[in-house]
Formats: sequence, structure tokens, C-alpha cells
Amino acid sequence: MRLSEDDQAALDGRRGEAQRLAMRVITRVGEAMGAADLLDITGAHIDSCLYHGQVGLDFAQRLLDGGGEVVVPTTLNVASLDLIHPELYRGDPDTGAAARQLMELYEALGCSPTWTCAPYQLEARPDFGDHVAWAESNAIVFANSVLGARTHRYGDFIDICAAITGRAPAAGLHLDENRLATFELRVEGVSPELVDRDLLYPVLGHFLGGVAGSEVAAITGLPSHLGEDRLKALGSAAASSGSVGLFHAVGSTPEAATLEQALGLNTPTRIVKVGPKQLRDARKELSTTASSKLGVVSLGTPHYSMAEFVRLAEVLGNQVVHRSVAMYVSTGRDVLLEIGLRGIARVLQDAGVQIVTDTCTYITPVMAEVDGVAMTDSAKWAYYAPGNLAVEVVFGSVEDCVRSAVVGRVVRDEDLWV
Amino acid sequence: MRGRPLVAGTAVGDVLRLDEPLSFWGGFDGATGRIVDRRHPQSGQSVAGRILAMTSGKGSSSTSSVLAEAIREGTAPLAIIMAEPDEIVVLGAVVAEELYGVTMPVVLLAAKAWERLRPGQFVALQDDGTILM
Repeated sequence: MRLSEDDQAALDGRRGEAQRLAMRVITRVGEAMGAADLLDITGAHIDSCLYHGQVGLDFAQRLLDGGGEVVVPTTLNVASLDLIHPELYRGDPDTGAAARQLMELYEALGCSPTWTCAPYQLEARPDFGDHVAWAESNAIVFANSVLGARTHRYGDFIDICAAITGRAPAAGLHLDENRLATFELRVEGVSPELVDRDLLYPVLGHFLGGVAGSEVAAITGLPSHLGEDRLKALGSAAASSGSVGLFHAVGSTPEAATLEQALGLNTPTRIVKVGPKQLRDARKELSTTASSKLGVVSLGTPHYSMAEFVRLAEVLGNQVVHRSVAMYVSTGRDVLLEIGLRGIARVLQDAGVQIVTDTCTYITPVMAEVDGVAMTDSAKWAYYAPGNLAVEVVFGSVEDCVRSAVVGRVVRDEDLWV
Repeated sequence: MRGRPLVAGTAVGDVLRLDEPLSFWGGFDGATGRIVDRRHPQSGQSVAGRILAMTSGKGSSSTSSVLAEAIREGTAPLAIIMAEPDEIVVLGAVVAEELYGVTMPVVLLAAKAWERLRPGQFVALQDDGTILM
């Protein structure tokens, strides 16, 4: 790999231990990726702040002790604790203390305490063409696909290494040639009613992840100018069931005004057709049980946007959550502030909805012991919660989730799927 | 067979061949070394102390942390053999090595060669990416 003089100085330890360790991680991973050199980044989003054990603390502490400090604007992903509602934490106190310590270490390294998995919902977000180093699979696919910014699929550790050196391997999805679609995902035969519903998009995303692996799809057959929340649901689902870091929705995303633009010089390796049957199957895969005994409803994975809260409040109207059900919505503290100002937070609270910030209900013990199944409008939550929390899950639309929460048992609108 | 070492090192053990990729975060329990993703075909099996054959990575960015912690704890595979490079897996191995000096080799094989790995087969990995069967 060709290194600049600065890169080499960092690697040789002439800029301190933090720069040395960070550059060592970047160059070793860069070599595995086949990078010819490194490039400058304009921002970073850090997933390493979520506690998974001693290794996280050891790494962050080494960087801090070695004089590490971020050199580009850097946001922080969800962590293990809700610092705004700390009473929600039901886990082991020692783990909670360690998680807190990890959060403090990342703040000490100069990162902004945004604590959200949807940094693209913050006011300052990357522009088209910006190179950034983002971790968090749903944020990566959104940055690449919807914003047209450029990040590879970064994992924990290299995110902060890039932030404190301002450098990342020039490889993967940073490069033009890897951003072109290699196959077409053709949506056909789906009823206009379903195409018009938010519910389609997480289900389609779940299907996409299964067929794409890490390939880039050009999706055709959808309406143009899809809203950000639908693209977010599609991408986060595809990044859970597969390792999708970029997709193009023709007519909606910035590198795909047309199918030809999305493909560039590539001849599609295949055309995958997705119709009612595939979608029914994908929807079915997202639930693990047919039981209708409802214990908990969890929305907001990825973190709910302002528009999603407005929709939730509309659907809820003046109904209240059934006494046998606990209902949670996860979001970022920036959005919490805004829904507070607009009076939505109060309405939800009065209806019995618990808002969770800074974290997510499937990564840390916030939910009371669940008696019955868990219901969600998120394909990502549906994908991971059974493994993380040992719950049975039912996937449904936000309308299904609200109706179920109110009546106290699982009810889903099946008419859309016949 | 000759592969490309993404993280160089040696290992000897039997192959656990996955029918589908695994996200270590959300799909693996670092306390026991077992696969907990209930949708995974090898759900319930232990990866600890075995040579994991997995075509590619998948899912969460947190896999790097979960894997590095498992290497530190001794519940990780002895090595991982892949058919597509995966930076998130490589990262976990690189960081564990940089911090603790414990190596979990990651080797990249061509897809055809990878297909020749058999479940339960005894293999030895060498520093240069050679796999003896």
C-alpha cells in the first residue's frame, strides 16, 4: 500500500501511540480490502461505543492514553444505556457501569454525544460525494444509497481509527466502480395498495438482503421519489438479512435516475423478480410465532424520525395502550427534543408509550420480563430480537402494532397479502 | 490448498462449515461460543475451538467487537476461512492481535476451493495461507 508521508509518520509512531495504533488497524484492514492507498474523510460515525465486553474498554483507553482525539466531526451510535431515562436499565449493575465508562471514553476522544443509530436524521449530515467512515449497518447503507455519500461497510474499531487519523482505505464502496449495480431487483405484480404502504419496504428489504449478499442491486418497479423513511426501512432490513452496504432505487436514490445510470457499464449478472409470493414468504420469515398473546410492542429500530412519530401519533389518536402490554419507541435525543416541543412526546406518554433514547430495546435490558410475544414494525428488530432477547416476534405495520397494543393481543391486517 | 492470509497465522482443527453466513453480533453468544441465530442452519452449534468455514460476513458492524471479545475470552473459532473478504471479521481479529497478541487467522480461499472443505474435516492452516487437508 502507498502511504503518504503523514500516514507513514503515524504508522512509525512519530505522532504518538494513538495515531500509531489507529494507522496500524487502518493499514492492516486496508490491505485485506486490497486498497492501493488511503483517502481523506470528512466525518465519522462510531459504533464502537456500544459495550460488548472488556475489549471495547481496552481499545478506547489505549487510544485515549496515547493522546487520541478525533480530527473530523464524529457522531456516536446507540450505546447500552439511556442516559436520559437511566431508570429504564434493568441489567447487571457492573455491566451498566462498564457501558457507561465506554460512553465516557468516546466522549473524551472528542466525539459528539449524539447516541443515535440514525445519524442521517441529524441536522448536520454528509453531502453527496463526501467520503466518510461510518459504522452501523443501517447508517452505512443509508449514507451510501440515500445521501450518495461514500463509506465502506466499516465495523467497530476502524471507525474511531479513521476519526482520529482522518484517513480511510481507498477501497470498497469509496470507489466509483464498486458503487454500480451488478444486478436488477425487479418488483412486479404487487398491488398498488401494498406499494403505497410503508409496510412493503422493510419486507422488500428483508428479501433483498437474502438475495444480494454484499452485491449492489438496482431496484426497479417501485414508485419514484420514495421518502427517506421508506428507504431507511428497506436498507436497514437488507443490511440485517444480508450485508448490503448500498442499493439503488431507480427514480429515488441519487445515483440511479435511470436503470442505465445505476448499472453504468455493468451488464446485470441476473434479474431477480420479486412479486406477491416472494413478499408473502419474506413477511412470514420475519415472524417466529403464530401466537396472538401479546406482551410487548417495540417500534423505532432504526431510531424513529420526526415524521414517523407524527404518523404514530395519528394512528394512535386518543386510544391508550392496553394494561397487559408494554409499548416502547426508540429514538435519538435530538428527535426527542423536537417531539417534546411539538407536544407529541406528552401525547404518547399519556397513552402509555415509553420513549427510549440513546439506545435500543434489543441491545440492552430495558424491557420488563415479556409475558407473551413481542411485536414490531421493524424488520431489523424482528431479525435480531429473537436471538438477542430470546423472545418470539411478530412483524406488522405500524397500524397493526398500534391496534394490537390497544386491544392487548396480536391483530394484523391480512388483506394486503392475499 | 493455497489461500490469501487476511490475518496471517497458524491453526489446526476440525472444520465447522456454515451453510449460511453468520453475524457474530446477534447471532453468536460469546459466553458459550454457540450460534444463537435461530434462523441459522447451524443454530446451537459451538464455533469455539473449531476452524470456521464461512463464505462471507453478514449483518452488524458490531461483529468486530463481539469477535474480538470472543478471541480474548477463548470462545472464538481457531481460525476463519472465507470465500469473500470481509473487513468486519478481519477487524475483530486484527484488534485482538494488536491488543492482546492473540492471533485468530483469517484466510481467503477462491470459491471453488472453499467448496472443497468438508464438515468435520481436520485441516491445518499455515502462515502463508496454505491449508493442509
